[in-house]
Amino acid sequence: MQDQAKKFFASLGLDTRLLGMIGALVVIWIVFGIATDGRFLSPRNFFNVSVQTASVAVMATGMVFVIVTRHIDLSVGSMLGFIGMTVAALQVQWLPQIVGLGHWSIWIIAVFAAILMGAVLGAFQGWIIGYLTVPAFIVTLGGFLIYRGAMWWVTKGQTQAPLDPTFRLLGGGAEGTLGETLSWIFGIIAAVVAVAVMLMSRRRKADHGFVVKPVWAEAIMVGLAAGLIIAFVWIMNSYPIPKGAMKRMTEARGIEYTEDLVWNHGVAIPVLILLVVTVVMTVIATRTRFGRYVYATGGNPEAAELSGINTRWLTVKIFALMGALTGIASIIASARLNAVDVGLGTLDELRVIAAAVIGGTALSGGFGTIYGAVIGALIMQSLQSGMASVGVDAPLQNIVVGFVLVFAVWVDIVYRRKTGA
Amino acid sequence: MDKKTPLVEMKDIHISFGGIKAVDHVSVDLYPGEVVGLLGHNGAGKSTLIKILSGAYKADGGEIWINGEKATINNPRDARKYNIETIYQTLALADNLDSASNLFLGRELVTPLGMVDDDAMEAETRKIMGRLNPNFEKFSAPVSALSGGQRQSVAIARAVYFNAKILIMDEPTAALGPHETQMVSELIQQLKAEGIGIFLISHDIHDVMELCDRASVMKNGKLVGTVDVDSVTDDDLLGMIILGKHPHEKAEAEG
Repeated sequence: MQDQAKKFFASLGLDTRLLGMIGALVVIWIVFGIATDGRFLSPRNFFNVSVQTASVAVMATGMVFVIVTRHIDLSVGSMLGFIGMTVAALQVQWLPQIVGLGHWSIWIIAVFAAILMGAVLGAFQGWIIGYLTVPAFIVTLGGFLIYRGAMWWVTKGQTQAPLDPTFRLLGGGAEGTLGETLSWIFGIIAAVVAVAVMLMSRRRKADHGFVVKPVWAEAIMVGLAAGLIIAFVWIMNSYPIPKGAMKRMTEARGIEYTEDLVWNHGVAIPVLILLVVTVVMTVIATRTRFGRYVYATGGNPEAAELSGINTRWLTVKIFALMGALTGIASIIASARLNAVDVGLGTLDELRVIAAAVIGGTALSGGFGTIYGAVIGALIMQSLQSGMASVGVDAPLQNIVVGFVLVFAVWVDIVYRRKTGA
Repeated sequence: MDKKTPLVEMKDIHISFGGIKAVDHVSVDLYPGEVVGLLGHNGAGKSTLIKILSGAYKADGGEIWINGEKATINNPRDARKYNIETIYQTLALADNLDSASNLFLGRELVTPLGMVDDDAMEAETRKIMGRLNPNFEKFSAPVSALSGGQRQSVAIARAVYFNAKILIMDEPTAALGPHETQMVSELIQQLKAEGIGIFLISHDIHDVMELCDRASVMKNGKLVGTVDVDSVTDDDLLGMIILGKHPHEKAEAEG
């Protein structure tokens, strides 16, 4: 029986680690679903969890590369705060004086500034690590302190609010979504693309004469991929926008609001950003030379060097990428709160590292997947949201998450030992 | 065979690590279709000398000439440009990647869009492995899951695939069983026939006597001497390795 199940999953080409993580996620959802009489499994909660996961998950995809190459980045939480505060001040204080309050270009400048600032700070850290050979732990520990302090200096500790209205859409909320129609269009296109990519890969392998999955297995996987995407859009499109926001939105569009009028949220913009980041990072990890070198360097730095890979420059690029992703995460986090105070991003570095590690990234280097880190972030956020919704105190939440982290890594170590991977 | 222009000439190479002269003004050369053995104890400097040629170390001084032209080799990428391929004693494989990724590491095949083309690389790997090691089957497994001999064949395939003109083999048979050692010997003969020059690092005298045309012996970072293998005995080579004595000097001393 067990052998049969193993064979079944092997033909599907699903690895047991991914199955384990999805299993853990489903268990968490069911347990909290029961404990909250189904509230946890409502479209509303799924929408909120998806939005709350976005910022940490975006950074976790970059942390995978950092950890795979045997480094660590402790600075991302502080860097997120520093970038958030700078970009908020840009929108609230500086740009309005130059281009005028409420100018259309403010959000675009702010977005580019955030990403660029992250990339530059990250590249600088990467340069110190790669070329001056100071350990990443120390460099980013320094960054952790420096950015938190620098963040205060930007505005002398003043909270910056409110942010540019268009910029705020990037953080989600009732307005910051694709809306129903666009969500369906997005879902259908994504499903079609996913199916096309899977079929093309199958044909390419067949052309080379490699063994391909049985047709039934391929059909199940294609069906699963398309089904999951459509199901996700359907859930997001089942969460009605509350009355207050409806009145605001109908008024803005010049439509008369009546009690019968129901609009649903659809996919939130930060979640869309996360999905795009996940796809792009997965392509980078598996289909580019840069990604290949990241994993090769993590597996055997000396071999990578002897193969002609410039591992120092690679380190700079990895940390620059981590910084740029922190910039994106900072946009999402500050836009969602519509304000930046000096606490923004506190402890995020640990959430990000935990997400990557729960997602199967090995601290010893060489192993880790992008989707794993995103699922890891989703597991952590689900746990935290679930505990909050059943009324667990914040300190106890931290204790539970701490235990889960250690437990997850222990399971991972046992798994690796058994499979010999 | 053109014996006039050496494929490789390393002239007066020296390098020190923390005051220790690892390679102390050594000159060696290699002609096309020739196998030159580098002999010496552990720490004699043979691996260090060869790592200068493969770009892993940068010499403090001395010159490298390839095909009669002065060459600049600052890193492994430069060495590859001169068609110098190296099979390291440690094999230099990324254990977490599969054999195709290792074979093409640093020189991946890409699609017109610049994306890594794993399927094409696997197809090429299957071809060359079919020639080198027909029993090789684990193409999608990480190389950590392979046996010592299989790992060795990945490392050899990597050097052979890219049309090496100059091949450096650092203890290629150290971790192999008799059958696989025989395979490596045959491969060396075959590559030699194709006009490739091979530096073979070894501390096994029998290997060197069997496979090499000439042998250069090092001791304590210095070159003891270079001899034609046919004109010396095992004991002569042993004397060079252990005592650092050139066989002709010995002959003079005795005479």
